[in-house]
Amino acid sequence: METTWFCLIAIMITVFVLLDGFDLGAGAIHLLVAKTDRERRQVLASIGPVWDGNEVWLIATGGTLYFAFPSLYASSFSGFYLPLMIVLWLLILRGTSIEFRNHIKSAVWDPLWDFVFCTSSLLLAVFFGAALGNVVRGVPLDASGYFFEPLWTDFRLGDAAGILDWYTILVGALSLVALAMHGCLWVQMKTSGEVSTRAGKLAGLAWWGVLVLTAVVTAVSLRVQPQILVNLQKWPLGIVFPLLAVAGMAGVVFELRKRNERRAFYASCAYLTGMLVSVVFGVYPMVLPARNPVYSLTVWNAKATTYGLKIGLIWWVIGMILAAGYSAIVYRSLAGKVVVDQDSHGYGD
Amino acid sequence: MGQALDVHRLHFAFTITFHYIFPQLTMGLALLLVYLKTKALRTGNDHYNRAARFWGRIFGINFALGVVTGIPMEFQFGTNWAVFSKAAGGVIGQTLAMEGVFSFFLESSFLGLFLFGEKKLGRLGHWCAGFLVFLGSWLSGYFIVATNAWMQHPMGYRLGPNGEIDLSSFWGLVLNKWALWQYAHTMLGAVQTGCFVMAAVGAFYLLTRRDEAYGRTFVRGGVLVGVVAAVLQLFPTGDAQGKMIAENQAVTLAAMEGLFTTQEGAPLAILGQPDVEKRRLDNPLEIPSMLSFLTYRKWAANVKGLDAFPQDQWPDRVEMLYYSYHIMVGLGTIFIALMVLAAILYWRKRLFESRWMLWTLMLCVPLPYIANTAGWITAELGRQPWLIYGLMRTAHGASPRVGAGNAWFTLIGFMGMYTVLGILWLFLVWREIEIGPEPGSKLRGETDIAPAAD
Repeated sequence: METTWFCLIAIMITVFVLLDGFDLGAGAIHLLVAKTDRERRQVLASIGPVWDGNEVWLIATGGTLYFAFPSLYASSFSGFYLPLMIVLWLLILRGTSIEFRNHIKSAVWDPLWDFVFCTSSLLLAVFFGAALGNVVRGVPLDASGYFFEPLWTDFRLGDAAGILDWYTILVGALSLVALAMHGCLWVQMKTSGEVSTRAGKLAGLAWWGVLVLTAVVTAVSLRVQPQILVNLQKWPLGIVFPLLAVAGMAGVVFELRKRNERRAFYASCAYLTGMLVSVVFGVYPMVLPARNPVYSLTVWNAKATTYGLKIGLIWWVIGMILAAGYSAIVYRSLAGKVVVDQDSHGYGD
Repeated sequence: MGQALDVHRLHFAFTITFHYIFPQLTMGLALLLVYLKTKALRTGNDHYNRAARFWGRIFGINFALGVVTGIPMEFQFGTNWAVFSKAAGGVIGQTLAMEGVFSFFLESSFLGLFLFGEKKLGRLGHWCAGFLVFLGSWLSGYFIVATNAWMQHPMGYRLGPNGEIDLSSFWGLVLNKWALWQYAHTMLGAVQTGCFVMAAVGAFYLLTRRDEAYGRTFVRGGVLVGVVAAVLQLFPTGDAQGKMIAENQAVTLAAMEGLFTTQEGAPLAILGQPDVEKRRLDNPLEIPSMLSFLTYRKWAANVKGLDAFPQDQWPDRVEMLYYSYHIMVGLGTIFIALMVLAAILYWRKRLFESRWMLWTLMLCVPLPYIANTAGWITAELGRQPWLIYGLMRTAHGASPRVGAGNAWFTLIGFMGMYTVLGILWLFLVWREIEIGPEPGSKLRGETDIAPAAD
């Protein structure tokens, strides 16, 4: 039962990264691919109706984590206190910049909102990556089951490491280029004209960054977190996850050359899924590795009671089927390229 | 720990108080939007559709702010209250996760369609989108109230060997009797905020002699729905809550009412200043025996005062609790009087010409916000010194490793950020009111005006 929930939460995180990932990526490249006001509105319109729904995946994941693994929720959220709060502020800034730019058309304020939107998306991508890096690297949990990490110390991997050290920054950088590529491919698919062309070109450039950083981060991670190799030996089939990531990378460059915008985006989804599932597979059964392995939080010592997990499974499945239905309706009615000069609000008058 | 504890409490209090400015309006407006869309559907009059679009825009601004200020709430259980989360997460994590899974997906999906897809969806489809937004926001309210109700009156749980609190009955948690009454009371409060805001904007239009057809629609809708909500707020929902508190949190009732000594035929304090040190109410203005009657329906019933309980079980902010409760009840009473009067004027067909009543409705707009906030302060301070009533004290629930310095840092950050958000919010809502419901306003940017569809 606890392993089921481990997998379900991993799926929810993956969906969040795939969906909000393109919002963040589109934000990070916003100032690069869109120069004029009209072009910037194209980028914003491509994520406008869906970004807050995508952010709901983060909230739903947080809530699910809370009830399925209360100890993990308590330890990690209080231990990652400062970066989490900064993430919350960045989410507030991103959300308000999109909304306010939509409501106030003003030559004075628009560039400010564009800048806030771009910077907050960019930093969010880095912070989410660094958070993932922390989970792989492990945190200083002790016998009490709690820890507290400062934002940074000496940037070295060691017992006194902070949230940001050279390893987690590296993962943050990978996250940024990977989501930027993802966002480029989304924008390319959803827009037309100059913006779409520029986004396609930038995706090709970002691809090289993703390739190099993926190789480096993978090599380093195998040394930082020995559990990954242990798990690979135990379940050799797990190799399909990194292979999925490789196939995704190949797919992105292949489909970009063939100018198949939709498939290139899906290939990027495959890459991100492969990478995330590899991480999750690599640390299982730990959910939060400790520097001292004795204190690591695992699916067994962090879980709620079986009764709660069983009941939860019933409503979770019902809720997710409904949510998938709503998403299908929304994405279907918003299918196709965005057009900014016509009735973007859809009002009848 | 002592100092950090106070900062953690202030942190949560500040962020939730600011957050609740937005949901109380959106939950109330959601009902009124369904009212307007239903009128449009039944009369076929596009006037109501335009009115709904206008309120949809204001709803959208408030919804976005509700979302961005709401996410920190869900995270703060873990960041600032880790011990509480670890112990109780298996129980209240259920309701919080259900809120995300059942209501937020519903709400966010269909709000997008409601705001962006009126033309595509058609008349009935758009009504459905509006109704689903209403359903999502009201469901969300239920899950949050059920979470709070569990902390007020824990049900459906079992204590584990290491002091952890395990869920033992799902329905006990979800259908907690406390939650049902608290929900009804909370939602009526939200409806009143929606009604007062709608009536105030209508009154503004009538007083400034612009968009008068809309002004009449808004004042009528606000008053007619508002009068029902105002009455139900007091009876049966407020009354039932009072009885539950008397039954389960007797010490809270004594503190709320400023009753220091146990007595038969206890009076109801209308005004007065509690002096906790001397254990008395200064300058009291009281109705004799009224508290006994309201609580037990007997004039001579014995009501326990604070002296019946050891002081370490008293709510730790008796004065604030007393005032927040009295402000809530006082305002609630004023709302009933005002709304009934306005409804009578409407019935006599004099409401829209009665300038003093329109002025009053317009100026009253901050009051329901104050009343709702005071109500929540009453609930939260009344639960003290407990975090989970009878199970865990507030002093034992905070994150052990997050010191006062880090908590102050993020509290100050939120204060700064929310000040900016608050100013932007007022500016944006004011701007929508200025632009008004009539399409084709000069203030609106050109891209928002689309060719007429019907």
